[in-house]
Amino acid sequence: MSEVNKEGTKKTIGTIVSDLTRPIKNHKGFTIWILFLLTVMGVGMMAYVDQLANGLGVTAMRDYISWGLYISSFIFFIATALVGMLISAVLGLIGIKWITPIARIAEMIALGFAMWAGLIIIFDMGRPDRALNLFIHGRLQSPILWDVTVVTTYIAISVLLYLLPLIPDMPFLKKAMTDQAKWKQKIYKILSFGFEGRPEQYKSIKKLIRILAILIIPVALAIHTVTSWLFAMTPRIGWDSTIFGPYYVTGAFVAGGAAVMIAMFVLSRNYNLKDYITDFHFDKMGKLLVLLMLVYFYFNINEYIVPGYKMKAGDDHHILGLFTGHYAKMFWTVQLGGMIIPIILLLFRRMRKPLPSLFIGIAVIIGAFFKRYIITIPTLVHPHLPIQNVPEEFHSYWPNAWEWAITMMAIAGAVLIITILAKLFPIMPIWEVAHEEGITNEEMNKYVKES
Amino acid sequence: MKEKKNPEKKSEKKSTSRRDFLKKGLLAGAGTVLAGGVVGSFNAFAQNGEKIKVLGSDGKVMTVDKSHLQEIGLKTEEEMQVAGREGIPGKKWVMVIDLGKCKNARLCMASCQHAHELKPEQHHINVLRMDRGGDTSPFFMPKPCQHCDNPPCTKVCPVDATFKRQDGIVLIDNERCIGCRFCIAACPYSARIFNWSDPKDKEKYEDVEYNIELNVPQKKGTVSKCLFSADRLREGKLPYCVSACPNGVYWFGDANEDAVTNGTTKETVPFKKLLKDNAAYTLLPELGTKPSVYYLPEKDRLFPFEYEGKSDMEDKNHS
Repeated sequence: MSEVNKEGTKKTIGTIVSDLTRPIKNHKGFTIWILFLLTVMGVGMMAYVDQLANGLGVTAMRDYISWGLYISSFIFFIATALVGMLISAVLGLIGIKWITPIARIAEMIALGFAMWAGLIIIFDMGRPDRALNLFIHGRLQSPILWDVTVVTTYIAISVLLYLLPLIPDMPFLKKAMTDQAKWKQKIYKILSFGFEGRPEQYKSIKKLIRILAILIIPVALAIHTVTSWLFAMTPRIGWDSTIFGPYYVTGAFVAGGAAVMIAMFVLSRNYNLKDYITDFHFDKMGKLLVLLMLVYFYFNINEYIVPGYKMKAGDDHHILGLFTGHYAKMFWTVQLGGMIIPIILLLFRRMRKPLPSLFIGIAVIIGAFFKRYIITIPTLVHPHLPIQNVPEEFHSYWPNAWEWAITMMAIAGAVLIITILAKLFPIMPIWEVAHEEGITNEEMNKYVKES
Repeated sequence: MKEKKNPEKKSEKKSTSRRDFLKKGLLAGAGTVLAGGVVGSFNAFAQNGEKIKVLGSDGKVMTVDKSHLQEIGLKTEEEMQVAGREGIPGKKWVMVIDLGKCKNARLCMASCQHAHELKPEQHHINVLRMDRGGDTSPFFMPKPCQHCDNPPCTKVCPVDATFKRQDGIVLIDNERCIGCRFCIAACPYSARIFNWSDPKDKEKYEDVEYNIELNVPQKKGTVSKCLFSADRLREGKLPYCVSACPNGVYWFGDANEDAVTNGTTKETVPFKKLLKDNAAYTLLPELGTKPSVYYLPEKDRLFPFEYEGKSDMEDKNHS
């Protein structure tokens, strides 16, 4: 395969439309995949029903380690969701072209994970039946209120940022999908919002996308900063840090970047779109991920070396617990396997090819998941005052089957949203890909009109 | 706390004007003739036939059937919620814990768990075995909620379920708490506990009205913690733990009055002088939480440090 995407025969609008709509029509393996995801979610749902009936006591959490896998997964989900903002907003606004075929993938990931982040926080509540108290008695001074506000705002803007670029694709879909189910065609018709490819329609859509892309940047920064404040606003050893905001935001981009890399590989292979997401894109994405990980690495140095050098009373137990103590194995696996080794590997061009990229992406995202665990749990295991006069299970924590099942339900749920979106709509914007190929609006309109 | 249940109360809601009059009379006369007789007889509410003398608002002494009496200040749940959030005006409750006296009798823990219907592993007050390291010897440290004046817990509560009252007490409304456990994460003293599953004796308390100043009945999926026995303070009594201590560890009182009373000896001393003379300190002062609980250093301990037959430190600090 070639390094550059711009070589070879020029694609016509006809081939682009058929290439991008073919996978939506073809259902090979789709049912099995959906059944698999639904099974995982079903098991998680059973665990959650049991948790609702018997209380959070069915989990491994207890009075001292009172936040566990749910909260650390919540941060992971928010983190992964942030990539939508980075790719479609930041890179889009500064005019980077290679993101065209992957921007919508990033937005799908953002939607799937942000929505389930909102749900996972409900799984963690002792009284989900009182969730409305957040609106009835909400205290604006609480970081949780800030989180609720910005997460819902982020989801709303992300939905719009997903839907708006879909509108110009709808005429193509209406034309190409006439052999599909009626309800699908109805969706395409509704979502076209009367779009006919007129120049002023293109203009206003582009303008709207631009406004939203600008709006989402502060919102996205806010959601992860506020999430980090759930920890940093408490006087707990290991959380009491002033750099938690940027530390979390940069970490979030790493997790999201890895998620995009995995999705790029799976979708381009499964949908046979290697001509659209080429080695060139993996190379660029790999370079971007290195940059993001280096920034994150810098924040890690600050977060661990500064207290590790001083070894203040209290900090010392926490830091030693991570460096050489009970959490050392997980800490070093995550830091080396999920950050340092991937940085080194991705510096080599050969490692930025699709297949190595996939494996590095998987390593980074698993590391990102357990990094959140490392941030959440050890601090709670070492409170300021000793843990005494309580049963043995109160002293330590490892998530039990209920927590894993419910967390897996959330992951499967996020993947399900991505899968369904990828089955309903093209995974990249037909009109923008066509623009990249030098196809004009007039040619596209002509193609849509001819029967 | 069982007298709070009072099943008769509801059936007698539609009281005669005579009884209304009596109630007013009781309020007016509170603290005079009644104090001993009536207050002490709440438990025998259901019995009747026995007559009792009361002082009316017009100054006349009357006799009434004992079963017709209603407790002063016995409020509906709604009124309790309002009063419980306001606190007792003019007070600033403080506790002083003399570490030199604590022999780990744990009667404070027992009476507290009994009063608040806690399970054996749930502690509103917890006697910790502490070790400062080095040449110092280990000591016992009772640790209730510190009722901070700059409480990290109430700050983070998203629904105002935990709050600080004007008398300095930090309380929880278990009817509002959503169980997010942010307050547990924020508390540097690990003073808060959570009802992970159904509370103790759930069936027994199904119809009991919730008392915000007692956190009884405990509610599944909500946070609970030391309340400085706000219900007892309203009755002018010392907290459960303070009265239960056999070793004179606890002093409790009102900082505005500058007086604290020892729960064991009932001796009352000036609060500020007690702190000053004994080099009192607060826990983790560097966090700026400004606790209402003060500690007197573990000096002059002429008794062995023993815990379950062992004299060594099994659980070290930060274990």
